[in-house]
Amino acid sequence: MDFSASDTVRGPADEDLLPDSAAAAVKVVVVGGFGVGKTTLVGAVSEIRPLTTEETMTQAGADVDDLAGIERKSETTVAMDFGRISISDELVLYLFGTPGQERFWFLWNGLFEGALGAVVLVDTRRLEVSFDVIGRLEDRGVPFVVAANAFPGAPAHPDEELRLALDLPPEVPIVACDARVRESGRDVLLALMHYLYDLAGSRAAR
Amino acid sequence: MSTAGRDWGEDAPERFYVITRGHTQPAGRAALDLVTLIVSRAEPTPSMPPEHAAILRLCGSPLSVAEISAYLRLPVSAVTVLLADLVAEERVEARASVPPALLPDRALLEAVMHGLQRL
Repeated sequence: MDFSASDTVRGPADEDLLPDSAAAAVKVVVVGGFGVGKTTLVGAVSEIRPLTTEETMTQAGADVDDLAGIERKSETTVAMDFGRISISDELVLYLFGTPGQERFWFLWNGLFEGALGAVVLVDTRRLEVSFDVIGRLEDRGVPFVVAANAFPGAPAHPDEELRLALDLPPEVPIVACDARVRESGRDVLLALMHYLYDLAGSRAAR
Repeated sequence: MSTAGRDWGEDAPERFYVITRGHTQPAGRAALDLVTLIVSRAEPTPSMPPEHAAILRLCGSPLSVAEISAYLRLPVSAVTVLLADLVAEERVEARASVPPALLPDRALLEAVMHGLQRL
């Protein structure tokens, strides 16, 4: 990361360039516990090889890096993988997914602001890692769908069992998916869009 | 965690302070989101800070703030500050992200669904 060598910054490949007509972009955030397949899902639907962006966050370090007797702020670097889908010549969809400690995602400036909505990816063998995420999305009023990633050997839960286990409101859609498969990832995004569409309609009718 | 091997080098926050020329807040009111699309409107010049020149070279075609951050390997906050300067100098054009707020427009959602169905 040396800018004296900035001439060598590698930009997008020619086939990854957006047309100059691209006028606006929207984003969707994929959240879920560690190892649940967020990056896999992003990679499966993205038209570009997923990229990684980082943000450094400063937090007064109470429970983080607790160095006894030393008052200091802790720096945490949070990385996010993201991909891109050209919706039309004018509109681009970006899909962000992040590994790491979920409590930091919400400190990321602007990650959820302006997002159309979120996909909560869950591993049905480890549902407990998703509780925190779902609670925080609900607190923030970010609309989301739950996608159950089909891991080999994972029990196939009926949706209603999952809904009960995750304490989800009845209107939140639950979809099964295979995060490795493009069509499956696309269907998860479509489920989110349909849900948002219904929400927009019901609000407008009020 | 060992502090002995801790990297205080190029990733130290001070460096970001330097390359953003001491600005900690983006200049002006240009609200730059992760997905704001940036397009160059000027050629890089030798007198320009290298980061500015690198951004101008990258953004010949529209590129999101997140992509610029990824290609330059700089944190989004640092890139945002650099971009705010370039926007203020009218060297780049910022195409605002669609602000769906809490109520995405149904026409927008229809467009996204239509695009996804072709995937």
